[in-house]
Amino acid sequence: MKNPLIIVGFAVSLALAGGVSYYASSQPDGLEKVAGDVGFLDSAKESAVKDSPLAEYGLAGVDNERISGGLAGVIGVASTAAVSFAIFYGMRRFNKSKP
Amino acid sequence: MHIPDGFINIPTSAAFAAISAVGVGACLKGATRSLDEKTAPLAGLTATFIFAVQMLNFPVAAGTSGHLLGGVLAAVLVGPYVATLAITVVLLLQALLFADGGLTAAGLNVFNLSLLGVWAGYAIFLVIKKIMPKNKTSISVAAGVAAFISVPAAALGFVLQYALGANATFSLSAVLTAMFSTHVLIGIGEAIITVLSVTAVMASRPDLVYGFRGAKSQLEIRKA
Repeated sequence: MKNPLIIVGFAVSLALAGGVSYYASSQPDGLEKVAGDVGFLDSAKESAVKDSPLAEYGLAGVDNERISGGLAGVIGVASTAAVSFAIFYGMRRFNKSKP
Repeated sequence: MHIPDGFINIPTSAAFAAISAVGVGACLKGATRSLDEKTAPLAGLTATFIFAVQMLNFPVAAGTSGHLLGGVLAAVLVGPYVATLAITVVLLLQALLFADGGLTAAGLNVFNLSLLGVWAGYAIFLVIKKIMPKNKTSISVAAGVAAFISVPAAALGFVLQYALGANATFSLSAVLTAMFSTHVLIGIGEAIITVLSVTAVMASRPDLVYGFRGAKSQLEIRKA
């Protein structure tokens, strides 16, 4: 983990998810827009986890939109990092030629 | 383009979940060969970065936004096997924690983004890389073109799923035309983000970039 690329990459990820995401477009995404235009948007059902405290990228109970979305982003980055590092470190092949 | 529950019927969703499970399982096997002490951290970072950037919807046309899918970005940085796993981790966390993408639709989303987006995109990357001069700029260019095409390719995955098992009855050609034209536009954003990210990693640690390693160094790695 002495690789500066990894540390900088995580800092950038935290800043993007925790801060910059507030400025993201809130317009429907491509699929949602197409579904609305063609007419099948109504067939969508709510997710079984729609009451998740992080649903729709906002932390439940936090009224300030910027803080709520930012915290959800930070939690998301931390969760993705924890899960993916656990998997990829668990799977790595040890380099046997190392002294 | 995270498919919510309800768009596609349960039998079709279940079939794609089975196909996706087989595909991801094969990638679990293939990924062990490309993960070592040096590449495992980059793999974790790639998943994390893609999660973060997927939160950044950018406007593409009146009333429409798009966001990074990340398949080609991940495949060029860490190889297509690990990329499939990385995007799958992101998709499952989004569906479970953020209610982004349905739970019954998870197999559909994994098929389109983790398998189709990654492998179709990586195949295009390899073709373009082959016909370009052997240098760092070519890697970024090839990644950008492949990223651009990977978005409509993933969108066509949804069109296929809609054709096989939509709960709605609107015409397939209307869905095809709208999905393709919208996602060609989103592909431009995908290409820009992919080129910037790949170029940044190539500038600092080109030795870690899977898509930059030639056949020769791969052989050396296996021998060691």
